[in-house]
Amino acid sequence: MGDIFVVAEHRKGKLREITFEMLYKARELCRSSSHRLTALLLAGKGTGFADELSSWADRVLVFEDDRLENFSSDMYKEILYRVIREDQPFLTLIGHTSWGMDLAPALSVKTGLPLATDCVGIQADDGRPIVTRQIYSGKLFSRVSFKQATGYLVTIRSGAFIPPNDAEKGHGEVIRRDVPSDLSDPRRTFVEFVDTGAGEIDITQADLLVSVGRGIGEEENIATIRDLADKMGGTLSCSRPVVDKNWLPKFHQVGTSGKSVRPKVYLALGISGAFQHVAGIAGAGTVIAVNKDRKAPIFRVADYGVVDDLFKVAEALKQQLTGG
Amino acid sequence: MNIIVCIKRVPMTQEVDLEIDANGRGVKTDALAYVINDWDNYCIEEAVRLQESLGGSVTAITIGGEDDEEVLRRALAMGADRAVRIEPGTRELDGFVISKILAKAIQGMACDLVLTGVQADDDNNGSVGILLAEQLGLSHAAVVTGVEPAGATATVRVELEGGMDEVSTIRLPSLLTIQTGINEPRYVSIMGIRKAGKKELTVIPLSDMGLSEDDLTPRTRIEEVFLPPETEGAEMIEGDAASVASELIRIIKEKGVNL
Repeated sequence: MGDIFVVAEHRKGKLREITFEMLYKARELCRSSSHRLTALLLAGKGTGFADELSSWADRVLVFEDDRLENFSSDMYKEILYRVIREDQPFLTLIGHTSWGMDLAPALSVKTGLPLATDCVGIQADDGRPIVTRQIYSGKLFSRVSFKQATGYLVTIRSGAFIPPNDAEKGHGEVIRRDVPSDLSDPRRTFVEFVDTGAGEIDITQADLLVSVGRGIGEEENIATIRDLADKMGGTLSCSRPVVDKNWLPKFHQVGTSGKSVRPKVYLALGISGAFQHVAGIAGAGTVIAVNKDRKAPIFRVADYGVVDDLFKVAEALKQQLTGG
Repeated sequence: MNIIVCIKRVPMTQEVDLEIDANGRGVKTDALAYVINDWDNYCIEEAVRLQESLGGSVTAITIGGEDDEEVLRRALAMGADRAVRIEPGTRELDGFVISKILAKAIQGMACDLVLTGVQADDDNNGSVGILLAEQLGLSHAAVVTGVEPAGATATVRVELEGGMDEVSTIRLPSLLTIQTGINEPRYVSIMGIRKAGKKELTVIPLSDMGLSEDDLTPRTRIEEVFLPPETEGAEMIEGDAASVASELIRIIKEKGVNL
């Protein structure tokens, strides 16, 4: 059988967690079949990433070039296209991250290989892989098959396959390959990274987060919950829709594009629990969710749940905290 | 600046119990209300803003039945100049086929920018935009939260994970997948939608487009849709608001938070 390729993702001199999550899952797939696990590293010179990856993979194919210090969809696509054409891997895994979303579909068209995105499960026992995905914002799951092809592309959701601390390590071979000399200049060039999470409060330091989501309904209602957070001695945070509407600044946002938080208690008011949000509260001690929708995905990850109007519950909390 | 926006109508699923349909591969849609895909709403707004400041035209495209024209009329009311609906009939479409259809439709149009949403709220694939970019041979960026064209290039801001944005320069023409929050979409009144009824809306049957059977063959297939596996889930606290509140206060204190 062929290889399972894992495309390493790195930023600012560090391999990103998604890389190890994919390697961990790929190793599991290799164990139940006879695939070889190959990590692909496209990076600037002298990163040390290859050694780090070699303990997770059977081999590491390294493409080093100054132009690869930062991610470039065009460069990645061209190099991966060629190595996939030569090595014919059975399966290629890419992170379902902002960068992976910019790369995988383009690579799929370029190689002619079918793509399934944002997968949370893969079976690859015999022949074609079958993947599991979430649809309708996690309210349903789907099992997806591919049209027969010479290889398959899959993007993997962050946090879907967390390696345990004692994940089995090996010592893979590091193979350096030349970056093709005839690559055309990328059509997009990196300028800078901008930190968008900094602000006057730091939600990552709070013991109690009182967090609001889409269920808040109107901008005016933010004040009510801010008042509740104050009365509870907690810090106000929120999910993405609240920031998208400009009702709170970005430094309040919990989730993959905002902050990961670890309060003792996370009180989620009117938050449905999209996976991008849930990923940000994995480190919370206790999660309490209040939502009108009994089927909201947040109840699947919360420790305690209340199916009710968040304003009624907020009002009752306030009364007891001031009156009691 | 000529801009094409690719948009979609999706079912509203917040606070709705979804039911799996008879063949087990989709959901029952008859009882669902439909809206414009949230990402696409931002996408139209961004296109209209660029057109307002730089001139040119905005064309909105959707693939769907007559009911889906609702999102095109909405786009026209927001300021798009013309709209195109591609009628797919009863064909099963995946992201690949959709990108093939859109590519064929866009190929002959002069454009500087193609905008799509990052993803659709129903299938959550997040792949059509960049598939389309590669079909059209356009430069591209995904998860865009800012775009400023300047001559033959544009400065784009891409949202990464962990409170970090990436700024880059991209050569035009280009395809960008637009993230929610990039702007504040304007309000659309019923009156506005009615007025926009005068604008041009073209319907193209898929069968007239000259796509090959291979182009129209899905690369992926949903075999089965199922409810999320049972988890232990939350311990539910029942009762009136007052008793719920006192129980919550007890729990929060027990977990070591001083109230």
